[in-house]
Amino acid sequence: MHDSTIQELWEPAVEFIDPVTEPVARVGSEPSSLFATDISAWFGSRQVLDHCSLAMEANKVTALIGPSGCGKSTFLRILNRMHETIRGAKVAGSVVLDGVDIYGDVLGVTEVRLRIGMVFQKPNPFPSMSIRDNVLAGLKLSGKSRGDRDALVEQCLQRAGLWNEVKDRLGAGGMSLSGGQQQRLCIARSLAVSPRVLLMDEPCSALDPISTRVVEETVMELVKDVTVVIVTHNMQQAQRVSDECAFFLVDDQHGAGHIVEHGKTSKLFSTPNDQRTLDYVTGRFG
Amino acid sequence: MTTYIELDVERPRPVPATPNAGPPVQKPMRRRALSRADVNEYAIALAAGSHIALLLRFLLDWDDLLGTTLIALIAFIVIHHLIVRERTSSEVAIDKSVTTVMWTVGLAVVSVLLWMVAFVFLKGIKQLSWSFLKDDLAVVGPLDPGGGAFHAMVGTLEQVGIATVVVVPTALLTAVYLHEVRGRMAGLIRFIVDSLAALPSIIAGLLVYTLWSGYAGAHASLALFILAIPLVTRGAEEVLRTVPDGLREASLALGAPQWRMVMRVILPTAQSGLVTVTLLAIARMVGETAPVLLTASITKATNWDPLNDNQASLSTFVFDLIRQPNQAQIDRAWAGALLLLIIVLIIFVAARVALARSERKLGKR
Repeated sequence: MHDSTIQELWEPAVEFIDPVTEPVARVGSEPSSLFATDISAWFGSRQVLDHCSLAMEANKVTALIGPSGCGKSTFLRILNRMHETIRGAKVAGSVVLDGVDIYGDVLGVTEVRLRIGMVFQKPNPFPSMSIRDNVLAGLKLSGKSRGDRDALVEQCLQRAGLWNEVKDRLGAGGMSLSGGQQQRLCIARSLAVSPRVLLMDEPCSALDPISTRVVEETVMELVKDVTVVIVTHNMQQAQRVSDECAFFLVDDQHGAGHIVEHGKTSKLFSTPNDQRTLDYVTGRFG
Repeated sequence: MTTYIELDVERPRPVPATPNAGPPVQKPMRRRALSRADVNEYAIALAAGSHIALLLRFLLDWDDLLGTTLIALIAFIVIHHLIVRERTSSEVAIDKSVTTVMWTVGLAVVSVLLWMVAFVFLKGIKQLSWSFLKDDLAVVGPLDPGGGAFHAMVGTLEQVGIATVVVVPTALLTAVYLHEVRGRMAGLIRFIVDSLAALPSIIAGLLVYTLWSGYAGAHASLALFILAIPLVTRGAEEVLRTVPDGLREASLALGAPQWRMVMRVILPTAQSGLVTVTLLAIARMVGETAPVLLTASITKATNWDPLNDNQASLSTFVFDLIRQPNQAQIDRAWAGALLLLIIVLIIFVAARVALARSERKLGKR
C-alpha cells in the first residue's frame, strides 16, 4: 500500500466544524459544497419531489433546468429551508453543508439561511429602506454587527455590479431603481451577510436582456467566492453561466419531480445520456 | 477584497449634428376634460332640466325646494343622455350619464360634509375666543359672559391620549399575531375581535360603569379602549395583508427571526396605513359621548387627575350645555363642537405631515 498510516486512515475525509462552538466564524471564509441526498418533498399529501440527490460543488455554478412544475424551485427552496415556510410543506432527506446536515439539530434555521442566501424571481427590495439600508438589511435582520458598514455597502454593491449606478444616491429608496437594478440590489443584499452558497430562483425572468446580461456577468464573477445554484427556464442562460447542470422532470408514474440527469453543462447540452434530456435541451419537448 | 466588474456595454455614439434642426420644439398637449361640445350639451341639458322643474313647480304648486331640485337633476340627466345619444351613440351616452351621476353623488356627499362643518363653524365662531380656550366653567354662572372649555379639552386629550397609548401597541400585537404569527388561537381571537366591533358603545360604558364604581377619566379611557381595539386590530390586519409576501420571504432568507422581520420590515412598510388606521380610531374616540358620560360624568372645573373624580370632555361638554335653557350656554356648546372639529383636524394634519416627511426621505412617489 501507500505510506499512509493508520492514523491518517482514521482522519475523517471531510473536515468537521463544530457549529456550536464556532457558529459563524467561518462564514464567508471560503465557499462550500452542498450535498443534497434523497430529497423528497410534499405539499400536503401531494408529492412533488422524489429521491433527488445532487452535489453542488464549491466555486461552480450549478443550474437546475426542466419544464414548469417539475419541482426545481421547490428543490432550491429546500436547500435553505425556505420550503418549510409554506403551510403544509414537508420534506425528507438530508442537505449537508460543511459536514453538517442543515435539517439536523446543530444549526438553527436562521443560521442555515445566513449561510445559504437566496435571490428570488421577482426583485423584492424593502420599500421602507434606502439603497444603503437595503444592503445592510441582512445584518440588522440577523442581529449581526459588522465594523465598517460603508466599506461593506460599497464592496457588496461592487460585487453585484451596481455600485457605479447608485454610488451618488445611496440614500434614495430601494424602489426608485429600475427592475434590473432592484434585482442586483437584492443580490448585493444577499452578499452582505457573507453567505457560502447563493441560491437564485429564476433571477432574470422579470428582466430585460441587458439587465439579464449584467446579472449573468455578476453571477460568473460571484462564483469565485460563493457557490451558486441557479434555477432557470432559459437554455442559453444555463449554457452561458453554469458549469454543472441538473435536469428535472416529472415522473409519469408518481407525478413527482426527479432528477433525470446531471453532470457537466457542456456534456448535458451536447451528448446527454438520456433521450429526454436531449429532447428538452434541443427544444423538442417542454 | 474588492472586485470591479467591467461591463463592456457599448456607449451610444454621438449623433453628428445636421444642418436641418428637424421639427420645431414641441410643447406637451393640453388635454381638456370637457370639449366645447360637451360644455354646450351640459348647458342645454341644465337649462332644459331646470326649466321643466320650475314649470312643474308653478303648475303643481310645489313648495318643497329639495324636491324641485331633485326633479331638475333627474330631468337634467335624462335630457343630457338623450342629447348625447342623438349626437353620438348610446354607449357614449350611457358612459357620460354614469359619469354625471357619479359626479353628482360625490358632490352631494362633499357638500353635506361642508355644510355640516360650515354650520358648526358659523354657530361656534361667535363664542370661540382666547378666554374660551384658557378658562373653565368653575366660577362662571349660567348667565354670565366668559368662561370656556379648557377643562373639557384637558379631559378629552387625557382620556383619548391614554386610550390611544394603550390601544396602539395592543392592537398592533394582536394584528401581528393574527396575520404574521397565525397561531392556533387566531380564529378564536378574530371571532372575539369581530364581536367587540359589533358592541354598541353604551354597553362598553355600562360595563366599565358597573365594574368600577365612581367616576374618573381613566375609566372613560378604558371604555374607549374597548371600543377602539377591534377598529385598530382589524384595520391593522388589513394593512398587513397589503404587504407583499415577497418581502417576508426575502427577510426570512436573510436569516431573520420572525420578530425582527416584523419590526424592521413589515411594520415600517405598512407604516402609512397603520397611521391612517390609528387616526380613524382617534377620531372615533374623540367623538364618543355616551360611554364617557357614564364613566367620567360631567364637571365644570378643570381636573388634571385622570384617576380620580369627574372629568369633563368636549363631547360631554357639548351634550351638557346644548340642553340648557339659556342662549349663553348653547353658544358655548357650539363653540365646544367647533373646538372638537379643530382638534381632530389638527391631529390629522400633523400625522399626515409627519408621514409625508418620512416618506419623502426615501423619494417615494
